[in-house]
Amino acid sequence: MTGAIGWAILIPLGGALLAAAAGERASRWIAALAAAATTCAAIGVAASVARHGPSRHPAGGWLAPLGIELRADGLAATMLLTIAAVAGLVAAHALADRSRAAACARSCPLWLFTWAALDALVVSGDIFNLYVTLELATLAAVGLVADGEGPDAPRAALRYLLFALPGSLLYLLGVALIYGEHGALDPATLGAHVGASAPDTAAMALMTAGLCLKAALFPLHAWPVLAYTRASPVAGALLAGLVGKAAFLVLVRLWLEVYPATFTSAAGPVLGTLAAGAILWGSLHALWQPRLRAVIAYSSVAHTGYLFMWFALGTRDALAGALFVVMSHAAASASMFLATGAIARALGHDRVEGLTGLAHRLPIPFFALALAGTSAMAMPPSSGFVGKWLLVRAAFETGHRLWAAVMLIGGLLAAAYVFRLLRRAFLPRPAGEPIAITRSSGGHAALALALVAIALGLAPGLALDLLRGGSAP
Amino acid sequence: MTLDALLPLAVVLTSLLPGIAIFWLAERDTRLRTTLNLSAAIAKLALVVVIGRGVLAGEIFETRLPFVPGADLVLRADSLSLLFVSLSAVLWLVTTVYAVGYLEGSPHRSRFFGFFSISVASTMGVALAGNLLTFFVFYETLTLSTYPLVVHRGTPEAVRAGDLYLRYTLSGGVLLLTGTAILYAAAGSIEFTAGGVLGELAGRRGLLIAAFALLIAGLGVKAALIPLHTWLPVAMVAPAPVSALLHAVAVVKAGAFGITRVIYDVYGIRLADRLGVTSVLAVVAAATILYGSLKALAQDDLKRRLAYSTVSQVSFIVLGVTVVGKLLTIGGIAHLVHQGLMKITLFFCAGNLAEELGIHGVRELRGAGRRMPLTMIAFTLASLGMIGIPPLAGFVTKWYLGAGAVEVGSSWVIAVLIASSLLNAAYLLPIVRDAWFGEPSAPWPARKGRFEVGLWLLLPTIVTAAASVGVGLFAATKLSPLAMAALIAEREIHP
Repeated sequence: MTGAIGWAILIPLGGALLAAAAGERASRWIAALAAAATTCAAIGVAASVARHGPSRHPAGGWLAPLGIELRADGLAATMLLTIAAVAGLVAAHALADRSRAAACARSCPLWLFTWAALDALVVSGDIFNLYVTLELATLAAVGLVADGEGPDAPRAALRYLLFALPGSLLYLLGVALIYGEHGALDPATLGAHVGASAPDTAAMALMTAGLCLKAALFPLHAWPVLAYTRASPVAGALLAGLVGKAAFLVLVRLWLEVYPATFTSAAGPVLGTLAAGAILWGSLHALWQPRLRAVIAYSSVAHTGYLFMWFALGTRDALAGALFVVMSHAAASASMFLATGAIARALGHDRVEGLTGLAHRLPIPFFALALAGTSAMAMPPSSGFVGKWLLVRAAFETGHRLWAAVMLIGGLLAAAYVFRLLRRAFLPRPAGEPIAITRSSGGHAALALALVAIALGLAPGLALDLLRGGSAP
Repeated sequence: MTLDALLPLAVVLTSLLPGIAIFWLAERDTRLRTTLNLSAAIAKLALVVVIGRGVLAGEIFETRLPFVPGADLVLRADSLSLLFVSLSAVLWLVTTVYAVGYLEGSPHRSRFFGFFSISVASTMGVALAGNLLTFFVFYETLTLSTYPLVVHRGTPEAVRAGDLYLRYTLSGGVLLLTGTAILYAAAGSIEFTAGGVLGELAGRRGLLIAAFALLIAGLGVKAALIPLHTWLPVAMVAPAPVSALLHAVAVVKAGAFGITRVIYDVYGIRLADRLGVTSVLAVVAAATILYGSLKALAQDDLKRRLAYSTVSQVSFIVLGVTVVGKLLTIGGIAHLVHQGLMKITLFFCAGNLAEELGIHGVRELRGAGRRMPLTMIAFTLASLGMIGIPPLAGFVTKWYLGAGAVEVGSSWVIAVLIASSLLNAAYLLPIVRDAWFGEPSAPWPARKGRFEVGLWLLLPTIVTAAASVGVGLFAATKLSPLAMAALIAEREIHP
């Protein structure tokens, strides 16, 4: 394996193994070092892409179509950075929490493993490797859910696994069909040969369906919602922020490089319809959830809809928009989960009515929630706005007025569910409650993530240039 | 990028950065906070003077930052933005002084002044925006940064007013975004250009009319056009400096200013006229003028009466810029400044009365003139100006609007002007009469200090009152708002 791109996978993987083997204290040090080094590797890949353009790295010296090929292009570089920013800050949050050192030591191999799997996924070159890495990410996620608080965490983890499995099977079936037909797995070969024949169409339909199931696209969104609400804040941040986006990224690769236009033009409207359903259904449900975590979970359901809207629109700008939503929502939802964790720890629960008067009692988690919320409702100057602007403009450009309307209404609903949380914070605190709960409520990582979501929106050119630096979009 | 090209950005940053810094100050750091606030406001004024000299000499300052594919973030100082920037920069300084006095000793001041500065930064962005997308970005940040000010008191009533405020402004924002996205999708980037930029789309009548309706509906929420005005009187629960900000410095003005930009620099008055959309808007504006005045007449609460007065007065700007005619344009644009000065004076007076004497209702003002003469002189001058008594600011506006209406033969505008002046007199003069000639029902509380009200409150009131008299008296001089409006009309709208 060559250079930083290999290290971005090997370091967190090795770190996970070492941390699992080491004792409590040592594992936290190992995790911290691995997180820092992986972040550096991601930056290295991004710098190389920005400077020299996309590149391919055959693993072990075997070239396509036989070998495993890793690719560093604009899409991969941008996503590696996103993963590093979110996973890195979540890691900082987990490691800084000294009161739960034991739990942290138990969970850090899990999140390092998740990190390795996601890094591998975004640089994978062929459709089977994409399957393997997606499975690894799912398994790590199951572990993270099972590690959650409360008695029904194992049940939620089992449910997560049971729903993710059929998705994997469908996808694998599609891969097998394609391999049987064409004898190749690498996108370049497949892109030239996959056509409109019945087996090809069936294979593509199976793979697409499997990925939709794994991405929890409406109407199959119930299982991650359950998992997000049961998981620990750290797990929730990683699941909603990163793992939930993995299947979408795989489908983007297939859409751009493998699927022929005959298929995409037929499947696009179907996915657009499901995406519209996700936006409206998710946003409406977020409006009346009694618990903070459930609000964020349904908000994630809605945001999956914005991502999948790209398949119906199809333009380059729209893809940039969808990938911007990936980055923005990764940072914003992770921030909201961590802020919720800080709030729940201080209050003992995460019920929405508990937010009353919180603006002064827990200023830092509250501020994080407000800033991340700005991005979730796609208001300027946040990164969420940039993504939505590109998507909405593309929808008008391509004549999809209905989809534009759905996305705009979705933004209004998002404002409604975010301000439902924020408005309470300005009310007077409940009688008898202390003014400030604690100065160090541990919301700093949440605030940093929220600032990432805002900063991306202030200078979107940097991320957009990097995206364009590669071949993918 | 040259230094000149950074000036517009600097105008925004001089309130944005202090705003962010203020959040981190401890509550008790009053002196540091006030120093930071005032020096930022003065620095901004200095910048505005520098830019103003250049713009009057014909220069244009532009900051262009890459944003998204197909649209940059553009801040540009032309003569129209200069007028709005100057108004907001001056009023920011006096309102900051006033707010420091008004909020003395009350909780959460760091949060208040932080959001206050960010609101002003957003207003500067609205004023300097060089294209429609940039305008939208700052228009929405203005919504977000004013919400915490509206709910500042944290009472259930304030939070309910905040809910209504958000419901209206966020829905308006979505309409504005829709219209903006439609135009960008059809025409590429929409840079504000004198005479409009949509000439190529002239054939797509339906699209142009739909986009216009969406843009104006979105802007009309903040400009408080009926039936989108209901949030404004309810938002009166906010502290007095916030009312001043909403009514004179930022929010309502952002809406009226946006309408001006859309008509003159996006569509162009001729295209808008050909589409027939301006005549509809002119009727809405006229209806708003009359309806606002009638509602004001029925209000017993002083601040609510003033709020409905704003509803009515802001539509003079809209009326002036929608009916084709140079004098009407001048009147409308000059009123952007005139109304701001007069209305902020009235709100400062209302704040003084509430602070010192606990007066909220218009019937409680009997005899207040003897207890607070300077405040009531300011109130009287601003009221007479609003009514349009010569030579005060409101008279100048109405004169130009009336003369413009005669020029283009729209006699119905004159009827609206006369009716509104009579109504203005009917809802403002009784207050003035009672304050000077009425007898208080109980003796006034004794003075707390040397002056009739704290100096931090009194000085801004006197300054704005004097300014609102000055812009009328010296309307014929070269640097008056009227001369600026004439320059804008000459240069950019009716060349």
